[in-house]
Parts: sequence; structure tokens; C-alpha cells
Amino acid sequence: MVFSDAFNRFIAKSKSLLRYMGGVVILFIETVFWMFMPPFRKRQILDQMYKVGVSSLPIVFLTSMFTGMVLALQSAHQMQRISAQMYIASLVALSMVRELGPVLTALVIAGRVGASITAELGTMKVTEQIDALETLATNPIKYLVVPRFLALIIMLPLLTIYADFVGMLGGYIVGVFKLHISSNMYLNMTTSPLGIKDLYTGLLKSVVFAIIISIISCYEGFKTSGGAEGVGRSTTLSVVTSFILIIAADCLFTALFYFIGQ
Amino acid sequence: MIDAINLYKKFGDSQVLKGVNLTIDAGITQVIIGRSGCGKSVLLKNIIGLLKPESGQVIIDGQDVTKMTGKALSALRMTFGMLFQGAALFDSLTVAENVGFNLIEHTDLDSQTIAKRIKEALSLVGLYNIEGLMPSELSGGMRKRVGLARAIAMQPKIILYDEPTTGVDPIMADAVNELIIRLHDKLKVTSIVVTHDMISAYKVGSRIAMLYDGKIVEEGSPDQIKNTTNPIVKQFITGAAKGPITEGESFNQSVLI
Repeated sequence: MVFSDAFNRFIAKSKSLLRYMGGVVILFIETVFWMFMPPFRKRQILDQMYKVGVSSLPIVFLTSMFTGMVLALQSAHQMQRISAQMYIASLVALSMVRELGPVLTALVIAGRVGASITAELGTMKVTEQIDALETLATNPIKYLVVPRFLALIIMLPLLTIYADFVGMLGGYIVGVFKLHISSNMYLNMTTSPLGIKDLYTGLLKSVVFAIIISIISCYEGFKTSGGAEGVGRSTTLSVVTSFILIIAADCLFTALFYFIGQ
Repeated sequence: MIDAINLYKKFGDSQVLKGVNLTIDAGITQVIIGRSGCGKSVLLKNIIGLLKPESGQVIIDGQDVTKMTGKALSALRMTFGMLFQGAALFDSLTVAENVGFNLIEHTDLDSQTIAKRIKEALSLVGLYNIEGLMPSELSGGMRKRVGLARAIAMQPKIILYDEPTTGVDPIMADAVNELIIRLHDKLKVTSIVVTHDMISAYKVGSRIAMLYDGKIVEEGSPDQIKNTTNPIVKQFITGAAKGPITEGESFNQSVLI
């Protein structure tokens, strides 16, 4: 009895997981389809780009600045032992561009923007505004998801580049003013190990992260039910799911690039 | 003419509609009454194609709504106007953008014509000079009326009302009833009103149907409904706590002891 209960639960869980994944994939496909269908809502896309990108500049600045500084400080200890302080610059640059820039920015944006998208769409769902859109012969995916999707796909890579630079600036401040590495040397050691491949793998990742954040947050918003409590639940789920998927996708990509690179 | 034929709809394990049959003639005001949560709104959403039934058909002017998708469904919806229970105004848009939503999205009219149409729709529901306000600045009754203005802005042939008098004070409720009657006479539309407010049902309805346990249990003119012999309908319209509807419900014991 106990065994069959557990088995039934397992089946039910697997079914709901499959349904979730199916729903997310269908939403993604529909979003890409509607993206190419006129009319193109420039004003809404620009609005969303402002909300996603420009408003996120301060928090992205703070997180990457501190990360760059901490990275330099932490490695300084080890590097000084083997008198290799000048490699701090390369270490900060490579870690920021390849890994921390894209991932940290994506996590910050998932928390800041993803949560707000889910809360907004979820509230629209429970107050029947999504139904109202449909009765006004307007496709909710076209009207609500596409602008957010596009805004994230455009702005997240740009924010990532910004985070890369700010992180390196943080490292520079610590390296030059605290560890007394010469400015020229620091800049040299920052740029010399960086290849174009490092940049575009980072940016490719951030595009994938943007897809994850936008689709998950919209999907969670659309399937919200149960009033204010439901909106809270969806928002939490949206952020948690995005976090897990971002980390998992990052791991997958890093492994992939590692093996391709060989 | 709107014809619902043998509609079945379930959510999870609960079967909400269990074979609904209802014919609504063009130009009348059909009221659908029933207890809260009995599936009245679900029936309404099936009629406009927001929900798809498991089986059954909704035929509007010879076309089956349940089989429609994409452009055909959009085109059909342009002939509908729907007033939602909580008005469902778009929070991020002004009153004017709400009312003119369809005109802005789906027509090539210039902005002056649109502004004029918005003004007309608002004046039909008795609102003036509030175009620039946000929905959050409106009272409950005003929100309902703006929602109604949005529903009629495209000059629909069918207007659906989901609990139009719920959540507004009795005076405003009567004003909404008057409005439903006035719009009906003026725009020559078919109206479907879902409500559990019997005052409203008698006042606006040319036909009344009662939905109970997933089926239409009685359908008739307001007078026929008033003088019904069906004990279920009788209990509902008189608002009695005791009767066949509540028989065996734990509610009976807990409330009446």
C-alpha cells in the first residue's frame, strides 16, 4: 500500500513536471512566433527596455563593483605568497567576463525584473485583465510577453558588458590603490589574456539567461490563480525556478565551451 | 442567435458544467441566475471562447465558437463586449486608453475620431471628463461603468455582463441596471447577464434561466420564474436557507442550529 501510494505520487509529480516543461516550451515557441508578427510595438518594447535595463544600472553597478573588488582582495592574499600579484588583473578580468558578469547580472535581473514581471502578469491574471485582453481580440502573448522577451534579450547582454567593465574597474581600484600595482601594468594584464571568444561566450550565455528569465516569469504569471496569495506564490516560484535554471544552464554551457575549446 | 448545446466543462476533478443547453434569441436580455461558484461565469467564458468545453458546442450565427481559433475567433470577439466582475480595467493605461483599447489596437481611425468615440462611449455610461485618470483613481461604481464603456466602444452586437451589480452599493446597482436596459434599447444588442441579484434579474431580464448543478434547470420569462413550481428555483429566488439546494449540506447544521 505504502509503496503504491509513493509510486502514485511519483507519477503525479512527474506528470506535473512534464506539463510544466511542456507549457514553458510552448510559451517560448509562441513568443518567437508572435515576435515576427506585425504590428511591432516599439513604444512598449522601449518602455520595457527602460524598465529592464536602465533602471537596473545602479544595482548591477553595485554588485559587480563589489564582486570585482572582493575577487581582487581575496586573490591578493594567495598571489602575494607566490609573488604573482600582477596576475590578479588577469584573474579578475577573466572571471568577470567569462563567468561572474553574465551569471551575477542574470541572477540580479531574475530577482529584480523577473519577480516584477510575474507579480504584474499574475495580478493581471487574477483580476481578469488577461481575459479582458482576449475579449478585446488581443493576444496576451503578443501584447505582454513579446515586449518583455525582446527587452530582456536586448538589455541583459548589454547589462552584462556593463557589469564586466564595472567588475574590472573594482579590481583596478583595489589593485592599483591598495595593492600598488602600477596602473599601466594592471591594464595590460587585464586586456592581454582576454580573447574575443571570452566575450562572446559570456554574451551567448546572457542571451540564454534572458530567455530563461522572460519565459519563466511570464509563464508563472499566466498560470497564477488564487488572489494575492497566489501572486506571492507565483513570484517566489518564478525567481527560484529562474535561479536554478540559470545556474544549471551556466554549468552546461561552461562544460560545453570547455570541451569545444579543447 | 446564441445556442449552447450540451456543454461539459470540468476543472481538475470537479465537473462544473454537466450538459448545459440554452438558446438565446437575438435582441433579448438573457439573465442567467445561480449560486456563487455554480459555473455561471464559466458558462459565459465558454460562450465567448475564453474557455473551451470538453464537449458540446456554442453556435453563434451558425458558427461554432468552440472550434474557432486565431483570426476567426478574434473577428468574432470584435462583435462582443464583455463587462467583467471586477471591471478588469488595465491598471497601466488611462481611462481613455482603456475605453479606446480596441479602437487603438484594431482600427486605422485617426486619433481625433478615436477621442470622439471614447467620449461618446463614456457619455453613454454617464461619465464625463475622466479620460486622463488612471483606473486606481476611480471608485468601484465608476470602474464598472468605465469597463462597460470599454465593452461598448466597438459597437458590439452582443454584450456579456459578469455579475454587473456585485460589489457596488444598492443605488449604484440600480443605476447599473438602468444602464443595461438603456444600452440594450439604444444599441439594439443581445445581452447576457450573469447574476445572483434577483432584483437585477427581474429588472433587466426578458428571459431568465437558472443554472444549478451544472445544468439549466428552468428557463422562462421573469413572471414564469416568479411563479415557478420548481422547488430548487423557488428556494433560490426567495433566498431561503432551507430547501432542496442546501439539503444535506453541513452549512445547514452549522448555520441553523
